[in-house]
Amino acid sequence: MSDQELSNELKTLARNGLWENNPALVQLLGLCPLLAVTGTVTNALGLGLATLLVLVGSNVTVSLVRNWVPNEVRIPVFVIVIATFVTFVELMMHAFTYGLFTALGIFIPLIVTNCAIIGRAEAYASKNPWHKAAFDGLTMGAGFALVLVLLGALREIIGQGTLFDGADLLLGSWAAGLRIELIQFDYPLLLAVLPPGAFIGMGIMIAVKNVIDRQRNEKAAQAPVEKAQRARVTSQ
Amino acid sequence: MSFYIASSPHHHVRRTTHDIMRWVLLAMVPGVLAQLYFFGWGVLFQLVLAICVALFAEAGALFLRHRPIKPALHDYSAVVTAALLAVSIPPLAPWWVILIGTLFAILVVKHMFGGIGQNIFNPAMAAYVMLLVSFPVQMTAWMPPAVAGYQAPGLFDSLWLFFTTYTAEGYSLEQVRLVWSESGLDAMAMATPLDHIKTEVSRGFTLAESMQSAIFSWFAGAGWQWVNLAFLAGGLTLLVQRIITWHIPVALLSSLGLCAILGALASPDLLPGFNIHLLSGGTMLAAFFIATDPVSAATSNKGKLVYAALIGLLIYIIRTWGGYPDAVAFAVLLGNLCVPVIDQYTRPQTYGHGEPRP
Repeated sequence: MSDQELSNELKTLARNGLWENNPALVQLLGLCPLLAVTGTVTNALGLGLATLLVLVGSNVTVSLVRNWVPNEVRIPVFVIVIATFVTFVELMMHAFTYGLFTALGIFIPLIVTNCAIIGRAEAYASKNPWHKAAFDGLTMGAGFALVLVLLGALREIIGQGTLFDGADLLLGSWAAGLRIELIQFDYPLLLAVLPPGAFIGMGIMIAVKNVIDRQRNEKAAQAPVEKAQRARVTSQ
Repeated sequence: MSFYIASSPHHHVRRTTHDIMRWVLLAMVPGVLAQLYFFGWGVLFQLVLAICVALFAEAGALFLRHRPIKPALHDYSAVVTAALLAVSIPPLAPWWVILIGTLFAILVVKHMFGGIGQNIFNPAMAAYVMLLVSFPVQMTAWMPPAVAGYQAPGLFDSLWLFFTTYTAEGYSLEQVRLVWSESGLDAMAMATPLDHIKTEVSRGFTLAESMQSAIFSWFAGAGWQWVNLAFLAGGLTLLVQRIITWHIPVALLSSLGLCAILGALASPDLLPGFNIHLLSGGTMLAAFFIATDPVSAATSNKGKLVYAALIGLLIYIIRTWGGYPDAVAFAVLLGNLCVPVIDQYTRPQTYGHGEPRP
């Protein structure tokens, strides 16, 4: 495969992961953690990074072992691989970001059941060489993390009027200064903080994505076709 | 000589959405007047602000959606939504509560689902639930009705409370209430009758003891019973005018009343009877004005019966075992959710289709 083809394929992968086939906005996979932990940007970023790490690790491993795994037992093998990486990430978070570890709670081990991860293992990593699988994991994970962070920011701004509240839990004590107080609410808008706010925010984000897609398509359809050939319909 | 030939139906009611909505608004007048009398000027401020915001939000949403603005503003549907929300929330709640609620009702619940005729939820009730979930303190701050010595704040004080959450002398709503309760009246004053019964029963009193409070008069909560009766009167005019059919109000009230009678028979000391249930909170408003919303209700007559009976049952269940003081909004939303299923199974059979009848 030439360099040109490879770079084209990587471009397609990036566009798919971040936009066209975004795990959260288009495939709607992994909604449980997405909706549950996006109360603040910090929580969202923490879970997004954890998912990203697991996704890259599991994609590379699955891709490396793909020729030795019998087709009949591939799903259990994928799950074991994913569970291994989740355990690794969980122990790391327990060791280095304990505050965030307690804040995210059950949703870290639940990354194992995130369909986006096993979906990529099955659909892409088990059919492609490891470097492409790694890049696929990276873009898909980044797309997922991006949506998480956006939703977290939306809910945190509307709900509490802050951004990066509790960032020190994830990044160490220096990050306490990152906290931005945008609006001072006398009463927080609880709806945005509670689960229904996540559903409404998610719905609005999907709708905005669809609007952008539609406008692009319309623009593309209106663009003049070069050297349009007029078809002859009458025989003269 | 040629005749204009129209296809059937040849006879139709010349009644537009505009007329229907105007009738609904007119029918709300007695209830609103009763609320004004018992709860003071706050009701009026809520109504005015809600209607203004609703019209602006409607126009803005239509502009963004590239739809004609004038006919939609003229059909009054946004005004009805705003009015229903305004009479549901505590009259002295601060201005931003009704502002957020109305914007949510029009922009999110109505226009995000496709505007008039497309919303699966009743916009006013969805906004009410959103407000109740978001601002529980403001949304449960009902002042006692103006009977038996209570006096609702005057026009000026109400205006200050509405816009600054303090009276002109700098008292908050809570302090105003305390001043009242020190003047020899009930300390449990800041509660609706349903709320009061629930708290007292949970503290170990019986129903009869909890109804000794000054906020009760002859058959239900003082003031509240008249508000409900006024909405009942308005609802009956809607029935007479054939704006709504009898199915929804009758099914809702009889299912709620039946549940209440059974409950009171089973546990007469703890569960309030049908008089309390039918004449407290938003029961009548729900039965005649909210559940009858033609967009979010079931369509066939049989379906309407099932839908409204379900709402009545849910109101009773949530009032009795739920955590919130009134259940109308939650019950209506749950009913709205069931409408597609109800419509599916109660669709009238068209002539010549389906199984032949024996």
